[in-house]
Amino acid sequence: MSSVATLPLPAGAGARPRSAASLLPWVVLAVLAAFPLIAPAFGLEYYIGFVRRLLIVMIAATSLNFILGYGGMVALGHAGFVGVGAYTVVAMVEAGVGSAWAAWGMAIVISAVFAAAIGAVSLRARGVYFLMITLAFAQMLYYLAVSLRTYGGDDGYGIYTPLSLGGLDGLHADIFYWVVLALAALVFAFSSRVAVSRFGHALMGIRDNETRMAAMGYPVYRIKLVAFTGAGAVAGLAGALLASHNNFVSPSLMHWTESATLLVMVAIGGMGKRWGGPLGVAIWLTLAEVLKLYTEYWHWPIGLMLILVVFFAPKGVATLFERKEKTQ
Amino acid sequence: MKHEALLSCRGLEAGYGASQVLFGLDFDIHAGEVLTLLGRNGMGKSTTIKTLIGGLRAKKGEIRFGGKPIHGARADAIARLGVAIVPEGRQCFPNLTVREHLLAFADNRNGLRDAWTLDRLYGLFPRLKERAGNMGNQLSGGEQQMLAIARALSTNPRLLILDEATEGLAPVIRDEIWRCLDQLKAVGQTTLVVDKYVEKLVLLADRHIILERGRIAWTGSSVELDSDRGLWTRYLGV
Repeated sequence: MSSVATLPLPAGAGARPRSAASLLPWVVLAVLAAFPLIAPAFGLEYYIGFVRRLLIVMIAATSLNFILGYGGMVALGHAGFVGVGAYTVVAMVEAGVGSAWAAWGMAIVISAVFAAAIGAVSLRARGVYFLMITLAFAQMLYYLAVSLRTYGGDDGYGIYTPLSLGGLDGLHADIFYWVVLALAALVFAFSSRVAVSRFGHALMGIRDNETRMAAMGYPVYRIKLVAFTGAGAVAGLAGALLASHNNFVSPSLMHWTESATLLVMVAIGGMGKRWGGPLGVAIWLTLAEVLKLYTEYWHWPIGLMLILVVFFAPKGVATLFERKEKTQ
Repeated sequence: MKHEALLSCRGLEAGYGASQVLFGLDFDIHAGEVLTLLGRNGMGKSTTIKTLIGGLRAKKGEIRFGGKPIHGARADAIARLGVAIVPEGRQCFPNLTVREHLLAFADNRNGLRDAWTLDRLYGLFPRLKERAGNMGNQLSGGEQQMLAIARALSTNPRLLILDEATEGLAPVIRDEIWRCLDQLKAVGQTTLVVDKYVEKLVLLADRHIILERGRIAWTGSSVELDSDRGLWTRYLGV
């Protein structure tokens, strides 16, 4: 029996034209890497933490974009996996584990297990029913967290002793920032690579015509479940990093409104676009941060921006910058 | 020449919810044979095909392909056994080029001799070679139909099913599709065809099945169908 992995890649899949624009990601990465060193000179120390949070949410958005944009799975419960990752860190801390790597690794594994179980049930439904089931599961996780008194229940759980990064701890005060940046770059590069792989093409084929892909011999359910589980695992990593970033975890992290916000961020950036997730997060969180300086009613201008995006870039802001990318 | 049955249906019953469409179909398709399913609209042709490819679960009866029961199998598993369909409406992918369509699904799953390579497919449809770089939605209706057939052939199917392959095409393009089907028959491709151009089908196919309200009303050879024009008016509305 053939499997997806044994079939040949379409010719040209993954090939990208080389141009000056292809250097842009490296320039952005270099600027981000230099930011903690430059920021103090301009009195921007506060924004080191802000950018770190931005990068963590970008990881979550990239994972959602993978199933939403490439897989056509409109999930309204992605924050549930972020929460599972965060609460796994809490459980590890409570159990006396002090290593960040162990806690984050376990967060990835546990989130993947939750995603596989939830996906196994919810992927049997489609469209709005799939959306409702993922929402229901996420809310179940939310109320489960509220009921966990050992982990603070509704009040949340404070992590008073920051997790250790092992030998990296003594290198620099902002070492956690660079670790987050490296992980975000890794997740983004991996997600981009998978998107142009045979698996990514099969996923996009399923998004475009599920019946046709099944009739061509592709195990549609299995492919979607693998994608959903992978995305859940990455969202769990984002949750674990968020727990370390805030040194605090509360059930609000996995409330359905958080899932909806992630969804809107990806939609603003561009669903199924390589830069869609990071761009949407950067726009949303930066605007919110700036607008909060001027008004507590910052949702209003963001709402206006949403309307403008719908009218002028209905497929996301990323489409304004892209050349024709036929594989997406 | 004696052919073995590649696909056999016994007592096949299927439908949608409480509405039953097929009532105990019995038929075989032999290796190397071209069989047609004929009948007016709503007689059960598409439902039969849907059931054969796993898109609809049979309520009763048995379908065997290459000796293996497939009536409970999923669509993708049936496809991997070697059943390929050219669907009604072509359904080409708008974001893949012609060439990518023909490479993305290419496989010789059943180790057939004389596998369909890209060059052989281009030989069958020279027009597709000219349009190799065009996206699936940058083709005419006829080219899309050729692409849908070539895409199905790229999986090297043991059974090729064509559902209304010439519907909505200009006569000149239709002739090109018929020419292609003639060529496929010449190389021994087992094919099940659903189409309404009976006068062409009697020239192409070996045997025919006429469906009437979900039951087999008549079955016979091309010579028999061609000689009994009463069947055409009674069952096919021609």
